[in-house]
Amino acid sequence: MKFAVIVFPGSNCDHDTYHAVTDVLGQKAELIWHSDTDLRGADVVVLPGGFSYGDYLRSGAIARFSPVMRCVADFARAGGPVLGICNGFQVLLEAGLLPGSMRRNKRLEFICEHVNLRVEQTDTPFTLKASAGQLLRIPIAHGEGNYYAPPETIEKLETDRRIIFRYTSPTGAVDEMWNVNGSVASIAGICNETRNVVGLMPHPERACEQEIGSTDGRIILESVIGAL
Amino acid sequence: MKAKVYVTLKPSILDPQGKTIAQALHTMGYDTINDVRQGKFFELNIDGDSAEAVRQTALEVAERVLANPVIENCRVEVE
Repeated sequence: MKFAVIVFPGSNCDHDTYHAVTDVLGQKAELIWHSDTDLRGADVVVLPGGFSYGDYLRSGAIARFSPVMRCVADFARAGGPVLGICNGFQVLLEAGLLPGSMRRNKRLEFICEHVNLRVEQTDTPFTLKASAGQLLRIPIAHGEGNYYAPPETIEKLETDRRIIFRYTSPTGAVDEMWNVNGSVASIAGICNETRNVVGLMPHPERACEQEIGSTDGRIILESVIGAL
Repeated sequence: MKAKVYVTLKPSILDPQGKTIAQALHTMGYDTINDVRQGKFFELNIDGDSAEAVRQTALEVAERVLANPVIENCRVEVE
């Protein structure tokens, strides 16, 4: 099993992801520079968190035109599993591989804390080993994670069961009080129509070892290892 | 030629930055300012013979890159 971790100028969770996949989960991984046009035989692609291109213009707006993104789009179209974490999710939105857009957090603050996530659907390569309704405690670290899509898109996401993670209370209740960044329908993560592309704002790679507070993120990365 | 591109949030999108600015202005005593919407402004220098061709190029990049059509509108002026 080989992971490609895409590195944009300004990515800063690339090495965390590489560490989680290789040292913690014992898989092969390769860091792929954004100007590369070859995924080097990877089975899974991860777009990591960070501030690609300094978040200039909009988060992910410039990274989506990186040469490697053409390979990522081809890989996704062929059914390959793609995970976008935080800034990686924003890049997937800008690239049109997932629908919607991010706004500034509702209180305009950069939020860095552990949140409660509820796994809504398990039929994606990244939630296969989770159970529906399972609660995960995983950190977020973003200023622009306030998910928005027009009402008709949200309705379609709901109908097609493409909302994969939601922010909830510690007991798993969806409540505006626990909707940390103001996202529409408390959305923390979604998938594409063919369910192989998943984006989420929380950082599973930062929750893979007990020493740093939680191992709940492992199930997301471990799921894809079993998926192929 | 110079093209000016204005990118603004769609009216249906809440603008917390604009709201914060409006509140600050109220605190300063500007009671007549009801609402503030914050946007982005770009100046593009574009080679071209006709204003229409320059406008087309500016509009194309505005729609493809400068604005996010999910939440933003754009407008182009050519000088």
